[in-house]
Amino acid sequence: MELNQLTAHELIDKLKDKQTTASAVLDALYVRIQKVEPSVKAYVSRGQACLPPTEGKYACPLQGLPITIKDNICTEGLPTECCSKILQGFRPPYDATVINKLKNAGAEIFPLKANMDEFAFGSSTENSHFGPTHNPWDLVCVPGGSSGGSAAAVAADEAIWALGSDTGGSIRQPASFCGVVGLKPTYGRVSRYGLIAFASSLDQIGPITKDVQDAVILSQVIFGYDPNDSTSVNQEVPDFSKSLTNDIRGLKIGIPGEYFVEGMDAEVKSIIEEAINKLNALGAVSRKVSLPHTEYAVPVYYIIATAEASSNLARFDGVQYGWRAKSENLFEMYKKTRGEGFGEEAKRRIILGTFVLSHGYYDAYYLRALKVRTLINQDFDAAFKDFDCIVTPTSPTPAFKIGEKTKDPLKMYLSDIYTISVNLAGIPAISIPCGFTKKGLPVGLQIMAKPFNEEMLFRVAHTFEQNTDWHKSKPKL
Amino acid sequence: MKYQTVIGLEVHLQLKTKTKAFCGCSTDFGKTPNSSVCPVCLGFPGSLPVYNKEALSYAIKVALALGCRIEEHTKFDRKNYFYPDLPKNYQISQFDLPLSKNGFLNIIAGDKLKRIGITRVHLEEDAGKLIHETDASLVDFNRAGIPLLEIVSEPDLNSSQEAFDYLTGLKSIIEYLDVSDCDMEKGSLRCDANISLRLQGAKELGVKTELKNMNSFKGVKDALNSEVARQSELLETGQALEQETRLWDAQKNMTVSMRTKEGAKDYRYFPDPDLTVFIIGQEMISHIKDQLPELPGEKMRRFMREYSLSEYDAGILVSSKKDAEFAEECLKKYPGEDKKNIVNWLIGPLLSEANARNVNLHQTGIDIDKLIELIGFVQRQEISHLVAKSVLAQMLDSGKSAQVIIKEKNLLQISDTAELKQLIAAVIEENAKSVNDLKSGKSNALMFLVGQVMKKSSGKANPKVVQELIKRRIDNA
Amino acid sequence: MAIDKETVKYVAHLARIELQPDELEKLSGQLHDILGFIDKLSSLDTSQVNPSSHILPISNVLREDKLRDSLSPDKALENAPDRKGNFFSVPKILE
Repeated sequence: MELNQLTAHELIDKLKDKQTTASAVLDALYVRIQKVEPSVKAYVSRGQACLPPTEGKYACPLQGLPITIKDNICTEGLPTECCSKILQGFRPPYDATVINKLKNAGAEIFPLKANMDEFAFGSSTENSHFGPTHNPWDLVCVPGGSSGGSAAAVAADEAIWALGSDTGGSIRQPASFCGVVGLKPTYGRVSRYGLIAFASSLDQIGPITKDVQDAVILSQVIFGYDPNDSTSVNQEVPDFSKSLTNDIRGLKIGIPGEYFVEGMDAEVKSIIEEAINKLNALGAVSRKVSLPHTEYAVPVYYIIATAEASSNLARFDGVQYGWRAKSENLFEMYKKTRGEGFGEEAKRRIILGTFVLSHGYYDAYYLRALKVRTLINQDFDAAFKDFDCIVTPTSPTPAFKIGEKTKDPLKMYLSDIYTISVNLAGIPAISIPCGFTKKGLPVGLQIMAKPFNEEMLFRVAHTFEQNTDWHKSKPKL
Repeated sequence: MKYQTVIGLEVHLQLKTKTKAFCGCSTDFGKTPNSSVCPVCLGFPGSLPVYNKEALSYAIKVALALGCRIEEHTKFDRKNYFYPDLPKNYQISQFDLPLSKNGFLNIIAGDKLKRIGITRVHLEEDAGKLIHETDASLVDFNRAGIPLLEIVSEPDLNSSQEAFDYLTGLKSIIEYLDVSDCDMEKGSLRCDANISLRLQGAKELGVKTELKNMNSFKGVKDALNSEVARQSELLETGQALEQETRLWDAQKNMTVSMRTKEGAKDYRYFPDPDLTVFIIGQEMISHIKDQLPELPGEKMRRFMREYSLSEYDAGILVSSKKDAEFAEECLKKYPGEDKKNIVNWLIGPLLSEANARNVNLHQTGIDIDKLIELIGFVQRQEISHLVAKSVLAQMLDSGKSAQVIIKEKNLLQISDTAELKQLIAAVIEENAKSVNDLKSGKSNALMFLVGQVMKKSSGKANPKVVQELIKRRIDNA
Repeated sequence: MAIDKETVKYVAHLARIELQPDELEKLSGQLHDILGFIDKLSSLDTSQVNPSSHILPISNVLREDKLRDSLSPDKALENAPDRKGNFFSVPKILE
């Protein structure tokens, strides 16, 4: 196996034992990138020089190991453009809190940023100003989104591991489509400081990795209270390595009936059922649970997320940074910069979000959505009284073809149907590989737990992984 | 008066915390443009706000001092609109759950106390500063993010004088609290006014105008006067008033319509998801209450009680905190129970001298013991009030005591009858007509003659003795 | 609730986004469909439900009034599309 194919924990061991060097890992990545990037396009290439890693980090836990960062997380001095024309050339004057934490732990921030849907608006990475990323398992398919670049890079061994962000499934769904592990932490677990906001009450940064142990290591580094983020929760982060017990005997697993309805791919259904059987065989006890307001999650999400986005993205106006349209006066500058600088999906969401907040519509849409959000939260509160975790498919289908859903935004929105409730409720969830379709596309299993109980996710996911081989498969590129 | 004037004021107050509302940048005035800025107050992508503890405490102080009810639950909302001085194109403000409501401020209207309702006091952040050039506008964000309070009055003010008195009263309270510089010229206090006219006795409010751009209390008064005149002329000539915003032009002494293209404002307020809610418990309120200084109203009542002052006198003395402290020192040092004499000196001659010197009452540099000594001379009728006033001026100029000045300039009052009789004889000789008037019963002729004697004595004659002597002489004639 | 082209135009104006005629046409149709789907919510009785504007059970997050380093004007203006001296520069304001 080449160095770039190894997991982070395998590499950390090798680096500790001086069996290899951080430069060698980086070289292996570059060789791989040169080979497969023309077909995968996981990275945003802006012609930056590829720098050797800073040596002398061997005392730090991450040993100078490179990590790939989604293009919406601020990296000081490195372009951070959210894959949008409107942020062209933006180099933040500061590092996001997660970047600081990674650097302090001895990680090397990979100079190429991962591709994504513009401002994380999308489920396929087709909405990138730089063009789509291709699924390493089948290049005519999407990698999922919006963290499609991060997931594809990890799956294609163009990255050791990566950070993504998840607002409605943007880590878990691409992880599922690309056959890797993706974690959406509890809201408030990871500082959002430096994550360019899509929907502030839903966004979380999380790891995309080759296995559960890597997700544990990365979580241990990036989790924790940040006084610069008012929504960061001051709660102790447990030692997650203790969750890797390979024991789920007696755990109560809820299977929500509302997630197994029409629109679900038959192959996905049977793969998920098999995965649940596996969990039961490992000693867990699964039983049906009801989350009665599930069907309202998508409409609630598209009101709240777009409303917040319309306000969060108001700052992109050509005054202080990014791209500015040539114009005679200020009003024209605003309209042209935003009209030409934002892509189609961004404009659609900003206008929808502006509409639901506008005079006369606030109560009917926005306020009502906040109320239904309460009902959705209550569903989970009730469920977690009886269950240790809830297991569902991550996505109703495997990766779909590039271009298949771009003409019908509503159809695209519905592909997030299983991931959105988690963000609305603020709970943590993980997606792990649990099988392949006959055509060889990966399918992901989603595990949800109650707030701040990521330990449960790691325990279940790791146990499943230890007793299956799905995570070891590699795409043929 | 055919019409009743109805005025409501909206005051914006910069709180003088060390740092801005949501970041650690300095609030100092007059720095190099864009030098007190950071990713947060510039609204850079990814940055997040955390509210300033001291600002909250200052705000609660103001709200309590204005008799407001502090709301238990309060939160920040976003007020969305585009303007280049607004870095995020939304202002963090408060909408439906303001910090506090239902307060009041007493002013003296005519000779009666009038209670002016305060609708709400809420928290928000300041915008940057724009400089308009011929073909561009320049933006400095040093001011952006300075904590502001918005203090909204009920439309209880019925004249420009009342508006002026309200502002003076408000400023006085804020200065007592020491939470803002209240300097309209530097913009730390800003005031917009809503004004409408209605027929006396009418219930419905008339069409209102919003007045902006006043940069002194006098400017507010002038703008209101000018607007009253403009509106009544329109009403008198049967023309329709338009609800509009008008800018005060102090140079031209008139208001000018702002002519906005946008109709009704649609600010799309919604709860700011980047900030948490605030729960302000009784404990916190009483803790802050304990820190409140004695406020002007309480001080006034105490002065009335402890020193037997009239409401009017006490009201003048307490309007500024430092002046009140100075006055109280004078009151304490002044011998005897009856303080009327010293009070008359403070709000009479000393205040005029202070005004003439452009300083506050406490800043004249007068030694309190020397002032009391001066008053003694008047009381013992050794110098006249008139002479005493000029002695006071000389005391302030030279720092010498009254004793020294009176001696040097030979100012002791002439009560010696022989000397006075000579002067009276001369005056009677020169003013035969007045003497005849007096004889025929015109009593003001007496005052005239006394005045003439005073003149001849260069103010040194004791007017009471002179009056007695003239009366006796005429009666005996 | 339906959304017509005039409303989309008004909302685009509020959001300061210039839409080309074909964009306006397409968007109006799509928003109409999306809102039709969203209207599903109106079938729920929410009269007794509190809105979740903040899902976290935390409150009163405050920071001390302590100075922190600011950016230098050059750093603050580094990304500016246009600057004049230490100011950000924008085209003249005509509204």
